[in-house]
Amino acid sequence: MKILVPCKRVPNPEQKLKIAGGAGGTIDLSGAAWQVNPFDEYAVETALRLTEKGKGGERSGEVVIVSIGPKEVTQPMRGLLAMGADRGLLVAGEDSALDAEVVARTLEAVVNAEKPDLVVMGKQTVDGESNQVGQLLAAYLGWPQATFLASIVVAADGKSATVTREVDAGVEEKKVRLPAVVTVDLRIIGKKAVRNAGLAGAETEWEDNQRYASLKGIMAAKKKEIREATLESLGVTAAPRVKHTKHEAPAGRKAGVKVASVEELVAKLRDEAKVL
Amino acid sequence: MGAVAVFLESANGTVRSTSLPAVTAARELAKHHGGPVVGIVIGGGGAPGDAARYVDKVMSYDSPALAAPLAETWAPALAAAVKKAGATALVGSATSTGKDVLPRASALLDAAMASDIIAVVGAKNFRRPTYAGNALSDVELQTDVVVATVRQTEFAAAAPAAQAGTVEAQDAGTVDALGAEFVALHATRSARPELTEAKVVVSGGRGMKAGENFKVLEELTDLLGGALGASRAACDAGMVPNDLQVGQTGKVVAPKLYIAVAISGAIQHLAGMKGSKVIVAINKDPEAPIFQVADYGLVATWESAVPALIAQLREIKKLKNPA
Ligand SMILES: Cc1cc2nc3c(=O)[nH]c(=O)nc-3n(C[C@H](O)[C@H](O)[C@H](O)COP(=O)(O)OP(=O)(O)OC[C@H]3O[C@@H](n4cnc5c(N)ncnc54)[C@H](O)[C@@H]3O)c2cc1C
Ligand SMILES: Nc1ncnc2c1ncn2[C@@H]1O[C@H](COP(=O)(O)O)[C@@H](O)[C@H]1O
Repeated sequence: MKILVPCKRVPNPEQKLKIAGGAGGTIDLSGAAWQVNPFDEYAVETALRLTEKGKGGERSGEVVIVSIGPKEVTQPMRGLLAMGADRGLLVAGEDSALDAEVVARTLEAVVNAEKPDLVVMGKQTVDGESNQVGQLLAAYLGWPQATFLASIVVAADGKSATVTREVDAGVEEKKVRLPAVVTVDLRIIGKKAVRNAGLAGAETEWEDNQRYASLKGIMAAKKKEIREATLESLGVTAAPRVKHTKHEAPAGRKAGVKVASVEELVAKLRDEAKVL
Repeated sequence: MGAVAVFLESANGTVRSTSLPAVTAARELAKHHGGPVVGIVIGGGGAPGDAARYVDKVMSYDSPALAAPLAETWAPALAAAVKKAGATALVGSATSTGKDVLPRASALLDAAMASDIIAVVGAKNFRRPTYAGNALSDVELQTDVVVATVRQTEFAAAAPAAQAGTVEAQDAGTVDALGAEFVALHATRSARPELTEAKVVVSGGRGMKAGENFKVLEELTDLLGGALGASRAACDAGMVPNDLQVGQTGKVVAPKLYIAVAISGAIQHLAGMKGSKVIVAINKDPEAPIFQVADYGLVATWESAVPALIAQLREIKKLKNPA
């Protein structure tokens, strides 16, 4: 099966975020260390598992990475190709000129050109945290959607997928006809979370977590294709309609006190915080 | 200016309490939009009647074809309702259902959307956290109709209005699930309050080491009448179900009292609990980052601290309610 995986680069979440002050403050990413959005890495891992005959097994199918972003995205994209993805498509676009609609319209155009059997993507970016693109894309395409996946099993005939979704009340089981758009949650990288019943060896367990690129993978990735495109070349006319008017740092919490004993803790909670 | 539509989730014939913060947001937004607040209820039972207590009008979509919670069928119903009501805004709580369905509805409405808002700033202006809560970002949605999901902890649960609204049954027309099927919900059963609504939350992390060790945290939780939470690491290790996860990608909580036990305090965890009124951290590592946000920090192992805490709380309870 052919799987499209949309990926975005994000600033390393562990780095302190710089917000340039004043009214109408802006986020200063000039010193940011960039990486692939964690959920998108999980999506790539999911797509690889769906196109492999078991752990370390032969590949069957194709995984195409697509990103809308600046030229520098080539580097993290190579990292995903080194994990095992087959080729990449980089659509030129500055983050400031993108919103969920522009991204989803662009992905729609890519889907119409590439005709994948499945789109696997992250449930949300960890910078903008919009949690919208997958749902928008599914709506634009008129496809079913399955968001927040904890697991996925693609049927032997490749015509449907049965998934579990992480929902507030627990776990929901859903079945979707393919092609579909699915978005992945944290648990998708568990040992038994992904299976393509159409592939021999797909019953095996996987390693926990997403794989690292091997040296061989890194070498191979150098030769893999990253095609470049623009919104114009894809015929995308959408323009952003979500305008950021200001960013500010939240009021920080100041560290409180250390208590020496359980007795002191209880006394503070009762007499000072008055929460008991 | 138009009406403000609010998606009201329902269960067992009533509006879910998790939808009530969205009603509050809708009422605030209605001051900017000028029109009435219209509730949209999908699925029948007594829910439309219950919903009418909160809004000016309820549009009820009660068709067997809409019984299962599917974004493929519910999003078109929401979009149809918004159009029919002449609404210029659609809001709903940022529950797992809201986050699944509302973006899809926004696509059908060609409306720009703001996710997980924490404040209504204007008719089309909202404030929302980004970068794991390390920035508060104001957005302006530049479309005629706007959509937003509402962070439950940031808006009070709405009380019923002085006068109940009307209920209008709607015809859902032909419903096409596009080949999607709801199979089953495997709900985690708990007699405790909802994590997102509890006044006290006790969360355990990787340092609890094993699922059975959560028993002492459950005891503490129940003594305080709270809900149990966990870090990602504790959920990933299978110590507790995933739906207990608190954080950027789990549930966002803001109780009066949050007790973090054996949790290091990664930014993704903090993003889900920094809004709590009082934070207590119990951790054996004095350098753990959780202490930087804790009002009261106790450097101790949970093995020694939690049983002692339980014992002392029991004493206090006894003094308060001498049997
Ligand atoms: C995309 C993404 C999303 C994420 N989303 C979330 C999220 O929503 N929620 C979340 O929680 N995490 C999330 N994480 C994970 C997060 O980065 C941390 O890995 C996680 O929160 C760590 O959990 P922890 O504090 O339980 O474990 P650790 O960091 O391993 O901390 C364990 C703590 O227990 C203490 N300890 C050990 N033994 C004892 C003892 N006997 N008594 C007392 N203390 C003890 C240790 O000192 C340590 O501080 C996310 C990560 C990513 C990449
Ligand atoms: N610029 C982008 N390029 C490619 N994919 C993206 C981009 N932005 C978002 N996505 C995809 O959409 C998912 C959800 O993102 P969001 O709705 O922005 O939180 C991400 O996890 C990615 O898979």
